[in-house]
Amino acid sequence: MASKLTLSNRTGWTFALPGFALIVIFVVLPFFFAIGLSLTNQRLLSPNPTQFVGVENYRQLLGLAVVTLEPERDDAGEVVRNEAGEIQYPRLRKITRSNDYPQYRGMREWFRWQSGENVTVVIASDVVFMKALVNTFLFVLVVAPVQAGLALVLSLLINQKLRGINVFRTIYFMPVVVSIVVVSLLWRFIYDGQNGLLNSILHGLTFGLFQPVDWLGNPSTALPAIMAMSIWQAVGFHMVIWLAGLQTISPTLYEAAAIEGASKWQTFRYVTWPGLRNTAVLVLIVITMQGFALFAQIDVMTNGGPRDSTQTLVFQAVERGYGKQDISGGSTISVILFVIVLTISLIQRWLTRER
Amino acid sequence: MAEVSFKGVKKSYGRVDVVKGVDIHINDGEFVVFIGPSGCGKSTLLRMIAGLEDITEGTLEIGGRVVNELQPKERGVAMVFQSYAIFPHMTVRENMAFGLTIAGASKPEKEQKVAEAARILQMEHLLDRRPSQLSGGQRQRVAIGRAITRKPAVFLFDEPLSNLDAALRMDMRMEIGRLRRQLGATMIYVTHDQVEAMTLADRIVVLKDGEVMQIGAPMELYHEPANRFVAGFLGAPSMNFLIVDILDLDGEAATVGNQSLEPIRVATRSRPFRKGGKAILGIRPQYLREAPSGKGMLHGTVALAERLGSETVVDLMLRDDRELIAAFDEDKIFEPGDALELIFDTALAHLFPEDG
Repeated sequence: MASKLTLSNRTGWTFALPGFALIVIFVVLPFFFAIGLSLTNQRLLSPNPTQFVGVENYRQLLGLAVVTLEPERDDAGEVVRNEAGEIQYPRLRKITRSNDYPQYRGMREWFRWQSGENVTVVIASDVVFMKALVNTFLFVLVVAPVQAGLALVLSLLINQKLRGINVFRTIYFMPVVVSIVVVSLLWRFIYDGQNGLLNSILHGLTFGLFQPVDWLGNPSTALPAIMAMSIWQAVGFHMVIWLAGLQTISPTLYEAAAIEGASKWQTFRYVTWPGLRNTAVLVLIVITMQGFALFAQIDVMTNGGPRDSTQTLVFQAVERGYGKQDISGGSTISVILFVIVLTISLIQRWLTRER
Repeated sequence: MAEVSFKGVKKSYGRVDVVKGVDIHINDGEFVVFIGPSGCGKSTLLRMIAGLEDITEGTLEIGGRVVNELQPKERGVAMVFQSYAIFPHMTVRENMAFGLTIAGASKPEKEQKVAEAARILQMEHLLDRRPSQLSGGQRQRVAIGRAITRKPAVFLFDEPLSNLDAALRMDMRMEIGRLRRQLGATMIYVTHDQVEAMTLADRIVVLKDGEVMQIGAPMELYHEPANRFVAGFLGAPSMNFLIVDILDLDGEAATVGNQSLEPIRVATRSRPFRKGGKAILGIRPQYLREAPSGKGMLHGTVALAERLGSETVVDLMLRDDRELIAAFDEDKIFEPGDALELIFDTALAHLFPEDG
């Protein structure tokens, strides 16, 4: 395509070159490197030559199977129960280590449920990855709507002509300016199980009835605690984006709605919300992507614990690539994450398309 | 149907007075146009009727009810905005039914009223389109349709044609005139375009700096302007104003003249003048006629001539170096530098005091 842009614009291209070079070196190349490495057995430091292994890494990560265990029976065909009356099942490793079932080799139990007398066990070749996957999705599913909704409410509140409204705008935006690492460190103190701020406040508010909780040390509260903190930290950023969207809506539309007799809620429903459609797409996609990239909070606050309850995809990618020096494993997780985020963004765009 | 009445209405933003005590009474079913230059407060008055602006002082009545403290929706008014203010994400049908939707009207009722409004505005074929697929004139028609469906007592128009091109503006002007005869509701119309004001209004309210300059029928304002501002504001090209000396004064008329103007007698219309003082003589460009040499009242030379086909507008330089515009209703050739003598019917001239 020979055009004026490509032919006689040497100065322009010279100016653009440093930027292009940086983007290629730090964005484009690593992207293709990650895809390439995920198909090998590359390690960070290794005396052995790198080998091409095809999709073995993906199989290793995504391997899933469902096995059904039947109760152990005695010679009479009766179900064997222990002293507490619970049905006894054969041990899972009898299957996963058996030569009869080479396809289950190396897999471990992820979770199981009872169905009738039998028990169904989901086994995965990489249980930690599966937990990370589920946690990440859970995080996005909770944070995206809550953070977007909260940010919208805040933006509606600060989109008023009030004395001192800028003070509120500043306060709500402040956490965004602070580094997430610093915020995470501070919230570790807030969530402290002994005399953390949160426990103290709840203790005070309930006149001593509330029993202190080790928010980050308890598998059932650790992930929700990190979600709450993450929502609080970035809500101001999305509030500003919503605010920008709100201010593009023509004031005469509000006046027209007022004359036609619309209540506050009707005005929001018929004027504000339709006017925020494009902003909503942007906010949701940005939160989703940020949610999938959850790392710093985990790294500072829980390291994926307790009992893998806060493992996430990016944390696992870093943990494997650098902690375990398994570059190919880390790359594989990155590629899977990329595919997930791309898919979800496309779905979101399709769902929120102009009709 | 309702009367609208301003009684001593004032509006201030902090220390700035935008509307300085306005008394206007608008009769039921009347079409009144507020006209004036930018910043004269005409839109503010309209927005006060709609309830979009607070009233600082005085009372506003609609249908005999004081509405100062009422919300816009409680006033029974509909408004058409300059920027159309139709909802971009709704179809024409949804836009027109908006007020009914808000009021919780049933589907058949909405269908019927939208169909009726669409028939009046001749836009049945556009009902399923979105605003982005409409031209400016069609969008404004949707906005008018939205106003019609609710059958309000008072229609408010805020410069509804200003965003349209000239040809469309004329079409829509006629349409609004037709609509007005069909609906018979009270209509209040704000514009800065005097053609719209002259053609549509039963009465015109001329405003300047937040004060009413004159209220009256279009031709009353044109032929009998109350002051120099009204005289200069209506009519195109606008009225010529000459500074003249008052040579003589009797009960009903004054004899005036200056370097370029032969002494003439002009009615004073009970305005105060002083013999030997100065006055402003107003004469519309259309009333000036060319006179044979030596017989003219006004003497000047042609500075510029514009031929418009139906008329010729001549820019004259008078003997005292003041400019004068003359409009002749025929196509004629004038060369810059030509001496020109003009006469006019002195009964059509107006004499204003020097200060207004």
